Amino acid sequence: MNDASLIQVENLFRYYGDICAVQDVSFEVRRGEVVGFLGPNGAGKSTTMLMISGNLAPSAGRILINSIDILDNPRAAKAELGFLPEQPPLYRELTVDEYLTYCAKINRISREHRRRAIDNAKQRCGLTDVGRRLIGNLSKGFQQRVGLAQAIIHSPAVVILDEPTVGLDPIQIREIRALIRELAEEHSVILSTHILPEVQAICDRVQIIHKGRLVLESTIEGIQQQLQGSSLLVAFRNQPSTGELDSIAGVERVESLSNGRIRLSFTPGHEPTDALVETSVANKWGVYELTPEQISLEQIFINITCRDESMAEPSPESTEVVS
Amino acid sequence: MILSIAGRELRSLFLSPLAWAILAVVQLILAYSFLVQVDFFMQIQARLPTINDAPGVTQLIVSPLFGNMAFVLLLVVPLVTMRLVSDERRNQTLSLLFSAPITMTEIILGKYLGIVMFLLIMLALIILMPISLLTGGTLDFGMLAAGLSGLVLLTASFAAVGLFMSTLTAQPTIAAISSFGVMLLLWIIDWAGKTRSSETESLFGYLSILRHYETMLKGIFNSSDVIYYLLFICTFLVLSIRRLDADRLQH
Repeated sequence: MNDASLIQVENLFRYYGDICAVQDVSFEVRRGEVVGFLGPNGAGKSTTMLMISGNLAPSAGRILINSIDILDNPRAAKAELGFLPEQPPLYRELTVDEYLTYCAKINRISREHRRRAIDNAKQRCGLTDVGRRLIGNLSKGFQQRVGLAQAIIHSPAVVILDEPTVGLDPIQIREIRALIRELAEEHSVILSTHILPEVQAICDRVQIIHKGRLVLESTIEGIQQQLQGSSLLVAFRNQPSTGELDSIAGVERVESLSNGRIRLSFTPGHEPTDALVETSVANKWGVYELTPEQISLEQIFINITCRDESMAEPSPESTEVVS
Repeated sequence: MILSIAGRELRSLFLSPLAWAILAVVQLILAYSFLVQVDFFMQIQARLPTINDAPGVTQLIVSPLFGNMAFVLLLVVPLVTMRLVSDERRNQTLSLLFSAPITMTEIILGKYLGIVMFLLIMLALIILMPISLLTGGTLDFGMLAAGLSGLVLLTASFAAVGLFMSTLTAQPTIAAISSFGVMLLLWIIDWAGKTRSSETESLFGYLSILRHYETMLKGIFNSSDVIYYLLFICTFLVLSIRRLDADRLQH
């Protein structure tokens, strides 16, 4: 057992009736890490989050928060975690200050530390100016921040965020992301999302969950390597023939696109950019556009989830229904 | 911890117009019933000395007032308790409590205490009316105390039923109508035994929430009545805790 790992999840299962929402999920999160939990709708992200935060009991498996078992000793384990569900749990009729005071109380922050904890949480989430306003009257972005303030008010070791940027405008998304990055300096953060660029922007590690199973676990660098594509988009002023392009070393396939551009697929590792430019200059093709085509994270994601389906399981139904 | 939850519950109640409306309506209706009783007393007052063992002011005014109060509570308590858990479940705020380091027991007790505190405030306002009679005479304080403790126990029992019904559903209205149903059933359950043998009669009579209240209104403070109410409250609180815990477990 690693001392530095703040969350340890071992062989987690969860059934809803006959439907298995999460099967055999195991992972670890170390101190100071931001782990992104990715998956399509209904993949089991939220269920896993609810289980880690103690809102749902797992059907089987073990969850350790800061080496405390959340089933054996829920009170001590829950003191170490802050949770922001998909919909922030806010009492709309209270003001921000009243709400945070209540949160501080139920998280057992002693009276003398309460004031400081609240001020600290408000300051970190940019809520200092709205303390006396009713939560119900705040904009969605501010409500989300209040939810976030609630999750970090007791400085938990682990912060669990379920889709923290859903429904926010681009500026708010950027602010929340910056805040999450900042949180990671002191806490471990798990966040779930189905927005893929978000993972690239803030996470150290990515876990892709699909149909209740963990299908990929990788660092963000690992993902980035996979992202490097194997094709170039080029455009010429004097269009060469397909045969001429095909003869350049490394080029596997030439494909004319509708907008005058040409897609050159190449064997991975044999990038033909230099050769292409040299040939272009020599033959006066006049290349004026040259872009390496990136595989989007979406593509990887789709590849993984589809591959998983065709490889691991004979039919899609059998992953969901366990007799 | 329990007190923090109770305080939040009470505060949220008073931040909604519902609590104020309920206080106002209850006060108005009972004030009217109180006036009618006072008026009745004034009419027959002259004849009272001629009757042997005549009923006193407390019996003629306070007991009927408390009787009416029980009926009003039957209608009003479901409205106050309906939102306790169901509203939180619907707004998905329960996870705030579930992921905080507190136990289910603390959550239920906190909510229960909050609602009982509200109902006690309501009772305190009602009690002011019989107390005002002191300006013109004296009261039978023993009888008043017995009636009042009966009223408090009845209120607390109703609140426990309402809380349990609220943990069953995510719809406040369903919680309200089902707690009203349970309370009314317990209210009239002794009707069944009336024409039967004495054993059935005593069983259904014992189950009836009203029977125990009526004896207290007569000024009889019997420990078995008190135990009935305490058992009643404990049962529904334990059921509520179990039900809330089931949210976390297998479906």
